[in-house]
Amino acid sequence: MGLPMNTDTTQPTASKTLLHWFYSAKNNLIAYLFLLPALLIFSFFSWYPIIRGLILSFQKVNLIDPPVWNGIQNFRLLFLDPSLAVAWKNAAYYTFLGLLIGYFVPLILAVLINDVQHGKSFFRLAFYLPVILPPMATLILWKMGLYNSDWGLLNMGLKSLGLERILWLDSKQWAMPSLVIFSTWANAGGTVLIYLAALQGVPAHLYDAAEIDGANLWQRFLNITLPQIRGVMLIMFVLQIIGTMQVFTEPFVMTGGGPANATLTIIMLIYRQAFSYGNYGVASALGFLLFVVLVLFSGLYLWLTRKFAQ
Amino acid sequence: MKKLFSRKTSAQPANNFDSATRGLLSPMEMRSKPAKLAYWLIFAILLASTFTCIFPVYWMYTGGLKTPIGLLQFPPELFPKIPLWENYLRSWNDLNFPLYFGNTLGLAFGSWVLQILISTTAAYSLSKLKPVFGNVILFMFLATLMVPSMAYFIPQYLTIVKVPLINLAGIPAWLYKWLPGGLAFNVLPDGSVTLLDSWWGVWLPQAASAFNIFVMKSFFDEIPQDLIDAARMDGASSIQVLTKIILPLSGPVLAVITIFTVIGSWKDFFWPYLVLMGREDLTPIMVALFRLTNVQSYPQPLNIVMAGLAIASTPPIILFLIFQKQIMRGIVLTGLKG
Repeated sequence: MGLPMNTDTTQPTASKTLLHWFYSAKNNLIAYLFLLPALLIFSFFSWYPIIRGLILSFQKVNLIDPPVWNGIQNFRLLFLDPSLAVAWKNAAYYTFLGLLIGYFVPLILAVLINDVQHGKSFFRLAFYLPVILPPMATLILWKMGLYNSDWGLLNMGLKSLGLERILWLDSKQWAMPSLVIFSTWANAGGTVLIYLAALQGVPAHLYDAAEIDGANLWQRFLNITLPQIRGVMLIMFVLQIIGTMQVFTEPFVMTGGGPANATLTIIMLIYRQAFSYGNYGVASALGFLLFVVLVLFSGLYLWLTRKFAQ
Repeated sequence: MKKLFSRKTSAQPANNFDSATRGLLSPMEMRSKPAKLAYWLIFAILLASTFTCIFPVYWMYTGGLKTPIGLLQFPPELFPKIPLWENYLRSWNDLNFPLYFGNTLGLAFGSWVLQILISTTAAYSLSKLKPVFGNVILFMFLATLMVPSMAYFIPQYLTIVKVPLINLAGIPAWLYKWLPGGLAFNVLPDGSVTLLDSWWGVWLPQAASAFNIFVMKSFFDEIPQDLIDAARMDGASSIQVLTKIILPLSGPVLAVITIFTVIGSWKDFFWPYLVLMGREDLTPIMVALFRLTNVQSYPQPLNIVMAGLAIASTPPIILFLIFQKQIMRGIVLTGLKG
């Protein structure tokens, strides 16, 4: 036990209480001195901006004039702008495609890796490689090297097979799937690691028992593996939704939100409102809307992690 | 049985998790023909997926050795007959790597110093000095993790454009005017400070990392109080306890935070891009790479671009290979904790 505790247990007299109070005041002062740098940094660059985001949503802001209150005008402008609906629709579409293409890939890979005896760590490392690389480098690699409609590697491959070329990033119907394919490639490795850790936790005796009962591989996967890791699967599901709602760098670098707003995401729209149109208030209002939606998902995530933490 | 045992032990070093070591297939089953077939099918699928996963990266590295025409030929040459090593040198010079590398290092170093300073002091205070309302403050730190950073980058940007409360109107300019390069910041005519076009604008917001404080505090919580009490009895001050006892014991956690900070700074793009928009000469490597996508303003042959991407990708790979264990552990931890 610490020293202050010992002084506590002695009979309190007036002078001792005063002394104790003095010590505790001094200790608190020192403790707060140590906290001061963090408190300052968080006040300026975290807490204040978060609150200010809410305030800005109800103000007219540009970089020249002082901000003026304008009620719900920002939200009105926001909802009058047809690109808002486009952005939410795109976010939903991106999330849907991400779940369709990207959600099962890491799970399947992890289950397969967990089942091989040779080169386990090699496979883990190989799938993790794209996660290690800087996103900007891989984005440019895919944009300029693989996806380019005229001379990209993918279209060269299609051409050599005698197939029609695909306008990966240059057509409305392919731009979004292209982004999702890229981000599946770029991010699957991290999720594979998490699934592998979860799979390690599945007790071997369950498989042994199922095997004795004559369950085949598919039945074992369906009735043991899936139920055993469903907690992690749910958490990954929610995390992926939270992640895809905030997607920005991929469309920003690869398509700039185009063609014809086909890949305009919510953060892209915030960026556009702020840095192309100078409507910082409208941008903040959209940020606030996004925040509300994401907090719901984050709450769900926290609840799930609590529920499934063994 | 002997075979089964040897399997188990051989599988263990690969996964340092102390639990079940079998998957869907059992080692016993592996003796039957259909199971063997299933196993090798799984293996083949994995090899094929690995190939698709790694190939683009391999193509990038070898692409830097090819001619622009050789780069686009299909099927791609696995390795060029005449490797043009000088492409890498050309890329290094033409894309001005020394400057941008230096900038990235400067940004990473500053972030690291600030993050370590702020998270150790705060975590030490919350974990060991335990001030009144410490829990409230910890909660307020952690609450920022719930707010996705992309939802408030606009107000954060406006804070950088004009830092609130700070006014240098009465302070003589020679006190700060001498700061060189990215350390310099601008003062607006009314005396208020802008961190745009300054590395401070990147460093300071990054230093507000609740995650670091949380990790550090959890680590400090494990250091026995007796150790600190003993030092106190010998007359050590709070700062001495931190520097002489806590920090020397915190090697592992400091290492993890250092690795994550350095790799994070290396990959960072969006915020430096926004903050350093007006000062191309201060931008880090990733922002410089992004400019290459603007082919009209920065025309470069594709093989030189590939060599540049390969150069920029190499340091994180090396760091990863060296610190693999720490990073993997961090991923699994953070992935599950948010």
